Amino acid sequence: MKYKVNEKGYYGDFGGAYIPEMLYPNVEELRQNYLKIIDDAGFQKEFHQLLKDYVGRPSPLYLAKRYSEKYGANIFLKREDLNHTGAHKINNTIGQILLAEKLGKKRIIAETGAGQHGVATATVCALRNLECVIYMGEVDIERQAPNVARMKMLGAKVVPASSGSKTLKDATNEAMRDWINNPVDTHYIIGSVVGPHPYPDMVALFQSVISEETKRQLLEQTGNNQPDYVLACVGGGSNAMGMFYHFMDDENVKLIAVEAAGKGVSSGFSAATTYLGKEGVLHGSRSILMQTEDGQVVEPHSVSAGLDYPGIGPQHAHLFKTGRGQYVSITDEESLDAGLLLTQLEGIIPAIESAHALAYLEKMEFKGGENVVICLSGRGDKDLDTYIKYFNL
Amino acid sequence: MNRIKQLFETKKNILSIYYTAGYPNIGDTIQIAEALEKSGADMLEIGFPYSDPVADGPVIQASSKQSLDQGMTLKLLFEQLKDLRKNVTIPVLLMGYVNPVLQFGVENFCKACAEVGVDGCIVPDLPMVEYEEFYQGCFEEHQLSNVFLITPQTADERIHKIDGLTNGFIYLLSSSATTGKNLEVGNTTETYFGRIKDMNLKNPTMIGFGISDKQTFDKACAYANGAIIGTAFVKAIENGNIEENVSSFMKKFK
Repeated sequence: MKYKVNEKGYYGDFGGAYIPEMLYPNVEELRQNYLKIIDDAGFQKEFHQLLKDYVGRPSPLYLAKRYSEKYGANIFLKREDLNHTGAHKINNTIGQILLAEKLGKKRIIAETGAGQHGVATATVCALRNLECVIYMGEVDIERQAPNVARMKMLGAKVVPASSGSKTLKDATNEAMRDWINNPVDTHYIIGSVVGPHPYPDMVALFQSVISEETKRQLLEQTGNNQPDYVLACVGGGSNAMGMFYHFMDDENVKLIAVEAAGKGVSSGFSAATTYLGKEGVLHGSRSILMQTEDGQVVEPHSVSAGLDYPGIGPQHAHLFKTGRGQYVSITDEESLDAGLLLTQLEGIIPAIESAHALAYLEKMEFKGGENVVICLSGRGDKDLDTYIKYFNL
Repeated sequence: MNRIKQLFETKKNILSIYYTAGYPNIGDTIQIAEALEKSGADMLEIGFPYSDPVADGPVIQASSKQSLDQGMTLKLLFEQLKDLRKNVTIPVLLMGYVNPVLQFGVENFCKACAEVGVDGCIVPDLPMVEYEEFYQGCFEEHQLSNVFLITPQTADERIHKIDGLTNGFIYLLSSSATTGKNLEVGNTTETYFGRIKDMNLKNPTMIGFGISDKQTFDKACAYANGAIIGTAFVKAIENGNIEENVSSFMKKFK
């Protein structure tokens, strides 16, 4: 339990709830109720029923044979890309929409970067018949047009965030402003393990189904529920936290979190937060973020919209600082090459986000026989334009 | 005696003006302060800009961005404020978000405030528990008042706690909203303002968010010791001559 949140909402030096008073009642209402609601047997039953029948869980743990041969280790892919809506994001939105209903909320807001969380939110809002407003950076609206169309089809209102860098962090600011202006009837479904306490813990709990299943599947397939390595990509860090969650206290399992180096960590166009960042406060929690000496948040860059975020969740900051997790980074080009390689060897087109985790295999050395689990957090359909342009397909 | 305390002891219907440092031009910070005092402002709140101001509406966001683009930093602001007390005698507070303060260093920040003659701070995203644990000692050592916000949704118990923790005034938000919305004093607002008035808090109160003209200012003063104007003032100084803009804006409140 030493990597989990404490009663004050902190993970070591990180976390807390740095929010203006206008948000205090909303966040406090959540803090007082989230564990009570989530731990309730009826809630758990409904949550798992929906994950099974609607999302399609458990997602397979697939031993990628040709891929394993290439790298000389047993590479297992946790197939979150096969979930309904195409990524891990839906695990969290199913959980939060049920929770919002229990709190009596009538209106749902969310931020989105690549559009995956926006689609997952709009989907559950359609499912449960709740009003849905999605904030999305103007730049992202342009580069993720199919997801914008999906959200609109699902009945969501997509509001462009036109402040700042017009990407994920600004969409998050706009969603927070909406919540300030609508303090009573609205629930804000944050899409990652970021934000004020209890969000990082709540989102991690909903995503922890990933590692819960993985442990069971590993035991069935290998006779050992502990792999040698677990890898996942990190933007804010929700798929990674879900993938790490039930392995955190198994100290012999190496956790590797892969950040987006963009055009290179020293290029000025990067999202490698732990490498470039310092401790500070962003979006309601104390964590590590990319910032100037004066404490202004720096615009990140990654070819993958889902990793284009200047911070990481506070629990990741804690895993990084304590050395429990190894935080590394992969460039735009390395990730795209890795995406193509997986496609050609295994017939799976990964999201560019997930391809960052895959790309790190190139930098690892195996003795042979190690078990490696990689979270394949999403499918690559949404990224075809980027792949097409890069490879001149 | 503390300038803030003295002001509230001697004056009613206090008019406090917020503006963003380094806006419209990077070097305007002191000139605006002096012009405001000359035109009859009772108190000043100087905003130090932040890249991600979640509690602010579009006008203050835009002024913050322009100021940052022009090179404003906390370090530069404290250099500009070295001359603050040459001509400015009214209370001055700094208002901004917690991350720039953290990077500057809490101790350094408090020390710099005291050196240039700043009387207090408003840091909307600094929670009470963090303030008590990590900031209060330093603020008190340098005799800085820390001002907390309350909204119509803030519970009585919490208001009493805030009242015990602050020693300047309490910032009453007219509604739960980002800055720049208009104040509509309807039944609910009146009940809320009345409820706060009846609590007999030890600290004076100032109403902010949504005050833009003489009419809304007078309404606010009926329930509190005064009111704070931000967005309307920032809009008024966007273009043209500072002295003239400030003086014609302030005439509306005479």
